[in-house]
Amino acid sequence: MKTPLTNSVVSRALAARAHWHPLEILFWVAAFSSIWLFPGKYLILTEIALLALFALSLDLILGYAGIVSLGHAAFFGVGAYAAALLAKHELVNEPVLALIVSGLAASAVGFVTSFLVLRGTDLTRIMVTLGVAFVFRELANQNGWLTGGADGLQGVTMQPILGLFRFDMFGHNGYVYCLTVLFVMFLLARRIVNSPFGLSLLSIKNNPLRASAIGINVNFRLVAIYTIAAGYAGVAGALLAQTQAFASLAYFDFDRSADLLLVLIIGGTGYLYGGLIGAFVFKFMHDYLSVLTPQYWPFWIGLLLVVIVMIGRERITSWTLPFRKLGGRLDWRRYRKDGA
Amino acid sequence: MPIVLETVNLEKRFGGIVATNDVSLRVEKGARHALIGPNGAGKTTIINLLTGVLAPTAGKILLDDNDITGVSAHGRVRLGIARTFQINQLFPDLTPLDTLGLAVSERLGSGHDWWRIVGTKSQVVDEVIALLEQFHLVDVMEERTAILPYGKQRLLEIAVAIACKPRVLLLDEPAAGVPEDERHDILSTVAALPKDVTVLLIEHDMDLVFSFADRISVLVNGALFVEGKPDEVARDPRVKAVYLGEEAHV
Repeated sequence: MKTPLTNSVVSRALAARAHWHPLEILFWVAAFSSIWLFPGKYLILTEIALLALFALSLDLILGYAGIVSLGHAAFFGVGAYAAALLAKHELVNEPVLALIVSGLAASAVGFVTSFLVLRGTDLTRIMVTLGVAFVFRELANQNGWLTGGADGLQGVTMQPILGLFRFDMFGHNGYVYCLTVLFVMFLLARRIVNSPFGLSLLSIKNNPLRASAIGINVNFRLVAIYTIAAGYAGVAGALLAQTQAFASLAYFDFDRSADLLLVLIIGGTGYLYGGLIGAFVFKFMHDYLSVLTPQYWPFWIGLLLVVIVMIGRERITSWTLPFRKLGGRLDWRRYRKDGA
Repeated sequence: MPIVLETVNLEKRFGGIVATNDVSLRVEKGARHALIGPNGAGKTTIINLLTGVLAPTAGKILLDDNDITGVSAHGRVRLGIARTFQINQLFPDLTPLDTLGLAVSERLGSGHDWWRIVGTKSQVVDEVIALLEQFHLVDVMEERTAILPYGKQRLLEIAVAIACKPRVLLLDEPAAGVPEDERHDILSTVAALPKDVTVLLIEHDMDLVFSFADRISVLVNGALFVEGKPDEVARDPRVKAVYLGEEAHV
């Protein structure tokens, strides 16, 4: 009765989580079709795409490595100011190249600050990340000669993307640009989390003691993913600065970091789509509710948060689990036949 | 036989408590060495010192005559020291397949590999298959570790350590808490370990100790008390006294 374990069976089972599920393909087809389906909604769609990328960044450290942060806006802000400064002073004129440079700048900041985050528990991490964000906001505030201080960084003129596509007044090209960057960065993140490196992050989140007992340098891996995630946040910030041709201190705000946790609580962590789905729900609610009850929309967000936490974050986190499990099981049967 | 693992005047204090008191232990290459002693004797503390989970207050640890006292926990795994834990330390959300795949990947040095998808390296896959079969984990290989029966978790605990291909394996009560009918699996896998692997076993079960060990050290109140061949230790009146709860005459 027992089928012998063959190399191909186990190899495929090990790589099972990296397989594309039909729902995933559907998700991205829907996302890209929004370009044609909602031509009047480019502004909010762009906001959603940026928030999704930003949330993807937090998911990389929270959902995979278990690092909680309340100051992720630090990297968002650094990326945004970097992009705005590069464009304003015509240091790097081509937006895609400037985006990469801005992401690297945020990564560098992430790398340096990661050593503070390694220490301690969730609570100390929350405080340290919060502090780091305050420090960077104040740095931007005090160095007005460079950043424009409280007035924000104005007078930014964006060149066409790849020298071909102008940032038009309807936001069409801006949205296509943001969505494409989101997709590419998502593919990269998907690759990372399904690699041995990504698996090692999950193991650290599960049990750092055992992780080090199988030879994993826990601190090194955490520094690595924190640096990568900071780069993601920086790219998200840079995209906002580029599409708005502006950068402001508000990019560093505590609200932005806190909203991000909310987005991940709504969408769930640890499967990459949580930030994307959460960003959509959050922005949609924000938009819809603030039309409905302009003064009271935070009330509804607050209520939703309470309800979600009362139901149990665990359940929310894994609400897609049945689908994924089903998918995995079907795949597994198929491979058994192959292997037998 | 050459000495593979050695401690020199090892000491660990927690505040005023001396958990490890001037322990100089020598483990021969290929030995089946057991470390026994009453509850609270400091056996697990020694394992934690050997594996770098704890830093000693004084003394040295030598692996093949090289001082490894300052080497990190993960660094010691790379040097060939692996362990199991008295209380399971596994990855609850991962499957046995993932867990072993990860352990083997790490040993082969592809743990930094962030581009390759897990499971595409055939050497990893071959080793994972061998481990799954050796430790009777094939039928549960895709279950979350958290929901596995305790006996299977215990087997996985040992399998993960073996996946590190250690030269020195430290087993901290491998059969603890395992139901009688599942004990056999564990004992037989422990007995079937390759001869060139040096094993240091902590165990309360005297039947297991005496059937397995060719050398026994007895630890009392953090200090080495008696050491010798199993029959010598078994005959030693001082050891009997300790285990019968009498005051030891040192």
